[in-house]
Amino acid sequence: MVESYTHPYIPNSKPEIKKAMMEEIGIENIDELYKDVPKRFMLKRRLNLPSPMSEYEVKRHVESLLAKNKTSQDMSVFLGCGCWPHYVPAVVENIIQRSELLTSYTPYQAEISQGMLQLLFEYQSMMCELTGMGVANSSLYDWASALGEATRMAIRFTSRREVLVPRIIHPERYATLKTYIKPVGICVRKVNYERATGQLNLEDLEAKVSDKTAAVYIENPSYFGFIETKGEEVAKIAHDHGALLVVGVDPVSLGILKPPGDYGADIVIGEGQSLGNPMNFGGPLLGVFACREDVTMIRQLPGRIIGMTTTQDGSNKGFCMVLQTREQHIRRQKATSNICTNESLCAAASAVYLALLGPSGLKELGEAIMLKSYYAMKRLSEIEGIRAPIFQSSHFQEFTVNFANRRVCDVHEGLLKRNFHGGKNVSKELPELGETALYCVTEVHSKADIDALADALKEILLGSER
Amino acid sequence: MIAFKQARWNEPVVFELGHHGRKGYIVPKVEDSIKREVGDVQALLPEKICRQSLPKLPELSEVEVVRHFTRLSQMNYSVDLGLYPLGSCTMKYNPKINDVLTSLSSLTQLHPYQDEKTVQGVLEILYTLSRWLAEITGTYEVSLQPAAGAHGEFLGTLMMQAYHKFNGNLYSRTELIVPDSAHGTNPASATMAGFNVVIVPSNKTGCIDIDALKTAVSNRTAGLMLTNPNTLGIFEEEIEEIAKIIHDAGGLLYYDGANLNAILGKVRPGDMGFDIVHINIHKTFGTPHGGGGPGAGPIGVSEELEKFLPVPRIVFDGESYNLDYNRLHSVGKIRGFYGNVAVLLRAYAYILSLGAEGLKEAAEVSVLNANYLVRKINEIGAYELPYDAKKPRKHECIFSTKPLRKEKGIRAIDVSKRLLDYGIHAPTTYFPLIVEEALMIEPTESFEKEELDRFVDAMRKIAKEAKTNPELILKAPQNTAVTRLDEVKASHPRTMTLSWKMYKKKQAKNESG
Repeated sequence: MVESYTHPYIPNSKPEIKKAMMEEIGIENIDELYKDVPKRFMLKRRLNLPSPMSEYEVKRHVESLLAKNKTSQDMSVFLGCGCWPHYVPAVVENIIQRSELLTSYTPYQAEISQGMLQLLFEYQSMMCELTGMGVANSSLYDWASALGEATRMAIRFTSRREVLVPRIIHPERYATLKTYIKPVGICVRKVNYERATGQLNLEDLEAKVSDKTAAVYIENPSYFGFIETKGEEVAKIAHDHGALLVVGVDPVSLGILKPPGDYGADIVIGEGQSLGNPMNFGGPLLGVFACREDVTMIRQLPGRIIGMTTTQDGSNKGFCMVLQTREQHIRRQKATSNICTNESLCAAASAVYLALLGPSGLKELGEAIMLKSYYAMKRLSEIEGIRAPIFQSSHFQEFTVNFANRRVCDVHEGLLKRNFHGGKNVSKELPELGETALYCVTEVHSKADIDALADALKEILLGSER
Repeated sequence: MIAFKQARWNEPVVFELGHHGRKGYIVPKVEDSIKREVGDVQALLPEKICRQSLPKLPELSEVEVVRHFTRLSQMNYSVDLGLYPLGSCTMKYNPKINDVLTSLSSLTQLHPYQDEKTVQGVLEILYTLSRWLAEITGTYEVSLQPAAGAHGEFLGTLMMQAYHKFNGNLYSRTELIVPDSAHGTNPASATMAGFNVVIVPSNKTGCIDIDALKTAVSNRTAGLMLTNPNTLGIFEEEIEEIAKIIHDAGGLLYYDGANLNAILGKVRPGDMGFDIVHINIHKTFGTPHGGGGPGAGPIGVSEELEKFLPVPRIVFDGESYNLDYNRLHSVGKIRGFYGNVAVLLRAYAYILSLGAEGLKEAAEVSVLNANYLVRKINEIGAYELPYDAKKPRKHECIFSTKPLRKEKGIRAIDVSKRLLDYGIHAPTTYFPLIVEEALMIEPTESFEKEELDRFVDAMRKIAKEAKTNPELILKAPQNTAVTRLDEVKASHPRTMTLSWKMYKKKQAKNESG
């Protein structure tokens, strides 16, 4: 009798099939196939894991665990910070759940994988339109790692060893950047901001930029939600010193904001989660990566790029992965990056999302977000003891909320009790701003949600809760 | 034999479709009272930063969007359609229940910065999964953060760096050793972390050359990155000796988990002496690869390396699950937030479905299937099996198409393209680099004997065609959405077209020129 555990996912686990196959190979026992594994390393016990469950049991079990979570359907959540609540249209989910796309691998065999290849080419093309760049890759992991890759690319491109970033930067992006460039001995310096507006302080930038600077990085909208208006000036300063300008974006803003390519960006990165991908507790995300149409620069791009070509007989158009000599499977230790598996399906979701919205839909969405977030700032500012936003600049989607005489953590607990989740506590990140939280309002928040938040905050601030 | 014909829609690029003014989506309404109170959006934006003209996106109705992308999907082969024997990619079945679970709003609608009190369910799942992965790999602690295998490798090499730095040897431990049969990501990750890569050759049995390894190690050695079973599908029998050489030299042993499927429940990397292990969730734990990603690449480490893992760590105090950022020696962050959670949830459900018994069965059957293919393809007599035929392979095997080249000028890529005509995805082609004209075949446990026989049949037919009608192979594929593509033209600086914008520009130039 052949030892076997017959399971629906393993067709040949049926004992008699196994036996027949073993006879073909000329073995009597599966362990003969492991005879070259040193005996002392063979596991002599059962793995300490649960016993197999039926599908129904798995479903009940996972559902019951997930039910312990409180989601934005159970309470009003006003969190953003690089992972935003947006509505994902049913069409997007429907397309990316098609198993032809979902269960395919990286399109190594182009002729039989045209669907995914064309979809990714369309995604790249849409990213070029949004960012004003000539070329985009087919995805990196997320915004934070894209920042790491962008600075490494700038370092290769300029052969310089310093990077300038704004002081107002997402701390996780900054931490990731440091992890990506520390091993190669690159120095990061922070550029100060204008106290009143939050905008990058150009004098400080001038003082810090030099012929050692590989890249100047800005975010637009910034981590604190204000819109950086001095892109052109920053680009000029960077370029005058031979440095590249890298701009980080939330692409959902690019229906109304000027594409970074129009103000001199050389590389544009960002977080594409906002375009048709759910939050999923922070992953998977979608690292956007685009650059100018410049052959030397393109050769330094990290990640996969899909190109349009023709069949060898010239009869048809087609798509395939291109410039693979940059990549690890060909170039090995000389590759531009080690990335292999990326976030293709999230990129595909973004392409479907943008095809649905079209140019005017993306503009309307941007406007809706502006209107609603401005309304929220207005309502919150009316409350005594609250200033929203701190900075006198235009804002998109996210904004700082400063509490004059309450701690953010206390306000947060008060809100939770009332079934709201306030913004992220950023008081420790920039202590000079005092007790401050970062709030996010998108198209999914209704006027009623915002009014209710304002009422709750009023109650908390006026009440005795501390 | 199935007669395969892939859909051939000749579908235009999305930018060529649609009509001005059509829309595929209605943006949620902004209440009139908000509009009244806030006023004109344009007035809120400084003109300097306003977008002057709309982005050139297509304008389609919802119906057209659905049709366009559904047609594209029909021109894409997938594991749900049949054998996908890409070596080292472990294209196994992706259970449907897991897609249902990841669509639950109790996951999709969770924000990563929510108060820990409100996300206990997902934290419990992640914590438990990390404990299971530690048990499976024989490691002490697991971080779920890396987004992919290569990302896990990058983190692993950073861990090595942190370890040597902690021991005061950062500037002397500059070399990472990698076998010549390694995945390309190994040397690339080592370089990203600032190490010099030292390549050691394989010996006649396809395993790492012990003498060469002894020569390669020195007080500069930071560690060795090794895949076991290796990319030839052969188990590194001398693993104990290898581990001793590296550890005696003061280095660390890194396990590339791309081939972990072969040994689930049979032998554990940690027990073999590996200090750092990455796991390709999208390979070993049956999560769909989505045409290239997302995946997940957790790493497991030994007890003495635990303190270097990235923040936050998910910790459990017996009552609740929390995120711990207070880790003095941590390498920091390698990405935003905590990992590819939707992918990790699928792995959690996968392990529950299979249990300890099922995982071991999966490993054994994947190895049985691979060895069955070794036997059956070898019987054809047209393909060469490099390295000792008597040695069992593990989850994958390599055949060389060299004999066909000698006779008819047929190369591995031609055999691969012809396989597509039979409705079977090609094996990994031209890898590992140490085998000429390599086809790297990994059937996984997910395919029934009949499907494996169909593959063997196709390989046999191709061998026969090589003799009787080699043009069929050289002109393949013919049954796919497009015939063989001009990949040289695609990458040539003069002709490369990487976006629709570039295409339009080239077109305009051609017309005027």
